[in-house]
Amino acid sequence: MCGIAGLIHRGKSSKVGHELQGMLQALKHRGEDSTGYALYGDTDGKNFIMRFKVGENVGEGSTSVAEDVSVYDERKKIVDSYLSEMGAKIIKEERILPYSLRYEIQYDKKDLLEFSQKIESIPGVEILSMGKSLEVIKDLGNAKMVCDRYNLDKLVGTHAIGHARMATESGVDIKSAHPFWGYPFSDVSVVHNGQLTNYWNNRRALENKGMRFMSECDSELIAVYIAQKMREGASLEEGMKESLSGLDGVFTYFVATKDSLGMAKDTMAAKPLVLYESDDLVAMGSEEIAIRSILPQEIDTYDPFDGEVKVWQI
Amino acid sequence: MANLKNTEKKTKSQAMGMHTEVLTGRTQQKFFNPDEAENFYYFGTYDVDFNKRTDLDVKDMSAAEANKKIDSLMSEGYGTIVIKNPQGKHSLGVGILNKLNLIFEGSLGYFGMGSCDGPIVRINGRVGWSCAENLMAGKVVIEKNAGSCFGAAIRGGDLICKGSVGARTGIDMKGGTIIIGGDAGAFTGFMMQRGRIIILGDVGINLGDSMYDGTIFVGGEIGSYGSDAVDAELTKSDQDWLRRKLKVAEIGENFDVSKMKKIVAGKKLWNYDNLEPTEKKGAI
Repeated sequence: MCGIAGLIHRGKSSKVGHELQGMLQALKHRGEDSTGYALYGDTDGKNFIMRFKVGENVGEGSTSVAEDVSVYDERKKIVDSYLSEMGAKIIKEERILPYSLRYEIQYDKKDLLEFSQKIESIPGVEILSMGKSLEVIKDLGNAKMVCDRYNLDKLVGTHAIGHARMATESGVDIKSAHPFWGYPFSDVSVVHNGQLTNYWNNRRALENKGMRFMSECDSELIAVYIAQKMREGASLEEGMKESLSGLDGVFTYFVATKDSLGMAKDTMAAKPLVLYESDDLVAMGSEEIAIRSILPQEIDTYDPFDGEVKVWQI
Repeated sequence: MANLKNTEKKTKSQAMGMHTEVLTGRTQQKFFNPDEAENFYYFGTYDVDFNKRTDLDVKDMSAAEANKKIDSLMSEGYGTIVIKNPQGKHSLGVGILNKLNLIFEGSLGYFGMGSCDGPIVRINGRVGWSCAENLMAGKVVIEKNAGSCFGAAIRGGDLICKGSVGARTGIDMKGGTIIIGGDAGAFTGFMMQRGRIIILGDVGINLGDSMYDGTIFVGGEIGSYGSDAVDAELTKSDQDWLRRKLKVAEIGENFDVSKMKKIVAGKKLWNYDNLEPTEKKGAI
């Protein structure tokens, strides 16, 4: 089933980590195999923040194979050496969990394709996000568990999207969890609720164009599809509108960039979405109770119509 | 499957353009016989007094607790119950088979007022997906917007949304009336089998797709017609009925019903008078 939630503050910052945790926890009955956050924090915009993993969470319920922590250490060493080779300087390093790391990197090149390909050529290593504001945090468990594990409660920023996952199409692991980074674009992330039925056809076509897939989760296709459209020169909104006919199946998805948040709903409106919109805040989720977790007072909400695409700026 | 009944005969209502089906088989209408009243027992009904009123704050209650409390209050004779702080909770007010004045001071989540028979409900907020699904009788008024599958499979009663509604409004409905003050999404009236839908605003694509019977009235623009849905003539009796219905629903004051479009099923897809296999054996 899965649940998605997102919010964007316009003209101010807020504790988006705490707010999104409340929204996703309200949706935990839609799935708590894994939960993911894409948080757009307040930064000085000088350095890249790279969230990456060197292994999987092999705790209860995971479909991943256990590995020794020494394997993670070895992979981290190779990542560090590759960064050095590419002229990227590590400013700050945090190892939040044995398999999950956060680096602040000084890196001057704009094209992240070559950079990402190099890092992800290390078996078992995946960049969860790369951006100057975006941080993707995803792991097994419900929203509160992941928030506590990664200490997201205090993160201040302008907007965020998140996902509570019930695994149906692929494994219970971090690589299949949402949000997906819009590789290789800085600060682009996607969450999705639904099923895509032309996944393999689209995947083959996109792989032929040089795009990469890290999982077999159909939702990853949306991130790659939008990223490819942007590579070809489309704006975010144009790429999203094209996805309504380019993607088959039922879907409601959110895309976020450094300064914007968008939603798209398939032409059959088969997946739910409730939307609250005011001058200073847009909040949306698969169910109204997600919005109520941050806005308990009586508010006006509505369901976007079929085939609707909307984009908001901070 | 062979049709055992003669369906060529046209009823008066069909001749009038109301397109109501012929009820000649196992589903034909049976009326309640007052002589049998003493043998009639309706589970879960109470004698309530509409003047006996109480408030119920459900902020810290689960949906099950809130619904049990409503039932308990009805058993104590309360005929008017005001629900405070529903805060978008799912499945509130379901399964009420009673006369009752129920007022929600706020919004409901999914499946609000599902499978009800008889209550008069006012929701001073919004409702999520599948509001009033399977409504048998009564009246449900929503002051703001509603989600998708609004009034799915209702069999009777009036369901009124003063705002806009999502997709598949009135899907599979088998009776009753749905009135929308704003716009409606795609697949409105999808597979509807009987009843009427009135939309004062615009409606999305595939209106009345695969509808068996029933009537849809639209005041605004239509995205597209669904398979089997066609225009029909808006008669004077249609207009009189629309005016009366909108007046009773307190919606669309001064709305010009004479410009509304009327949509009905273009094919005879229904086969309600077909017998069950065991009954066919008996008939043969």
